[in-house]
Amino acid sequence: MSEVRGVVVAHGDLAAALVATVERISGLGGALRAVSNEGLGPDRLREVLREAMGSDPSILFVDLASGSCGIAGLGLSQERGEVVVLTGTNVPMLLDFVFHRDLPLEELTARLRDKARAGIRAHGCAPDPPEGS
Amino acid sequence: MSLELVRVDERLLHGQVLVAWGARLGIRDYIVVDDRLAESRWEQELYGSALAGDAAAEFLTVEAAVRRLPELDVAGRPAALLTRDTGTMRRLAERGALGGRRVTIGGLHDAPGRRKVLDYVYLGDEERRDLAEIARHGARVSARDLPTAPEVGLEQLLST
Repeated sequence: MSEVRGVVVAHGDLAAALVATVERISGLGGALRAVSNEGLGPDRLREVLREAMGSDPSILFVDLASGSCGIAGLGLSQERGEVVVLTGTNVPMLLDFVFHRDLPLEELTARLRDKARAGIRAHGCAPDPPEGS
Repeated sequence: MSLELVRVDERLLHGQVLVAWGARLGIRDYIVVDDRLAESRWEQELYGSALAGDAAAEFLTVEAAVRRLPELDVAGRPAALLTRDTGTMRRLAERGALGGRRVTIGGLHDAPGRRKVLDYVYLGDEERRDLAEIARHGARVSARDLPTAPEVGLEQLLST
């Protein structure tokens, strides 16, 4: 089975910065592709994302659900199967991805969502509520 | 509802509109005018997924929008009207819907047949004619991507 393709799509320079950060921490290069929406209309952004995903099972890591990146990703997930859109992308999510690209897409998606949530902690205030509350 | 923003932006509902303009003008209702989108339920759901809180979007044909605009213009929740192309905005203008309004070009990006005017505005010949016609029908046409950005007037848009 082919590894899952990971594409980070975000505003401005954020995608490139996130990918560079993950490569620097993990020591693994080439597992993620970065796409910026800068200067791209909706049709062109979808074209660029199609090229970045190829025909592999893919996860589109989106910075902001309510934006052109999120809308482009959701549109592509309607076009064909095996395209997952994960929003609210953070570094813990991406780090886990590069080490687990061989997992089945559905299992990997659930895992990354949990990792992203677990990566958000508040210190110096009231303790986090228990899971599921 | 009162119409606070009339904007051409091929991305329609997206971050700049919802976060920057929406927050500044307190917009809670978005009127998207597009004949194709008005018939496509799944695309409406797609764009609607970008909305947060009690914000709402309506997707109307040009004809339906012309009928609805007088209702939108009464005091109430601030609203925005969006089209993704200049041609649709021109049709609204030709139906008398935009007289006295400010029409803002917010995002038309690089594509075949278009030439760069601003970083966020690329225009083809037909689009330039559309803008001139919108102005001829009484609207004030300018470009501005963000509320904090300088306004660029029609004369400059058409002369570049």
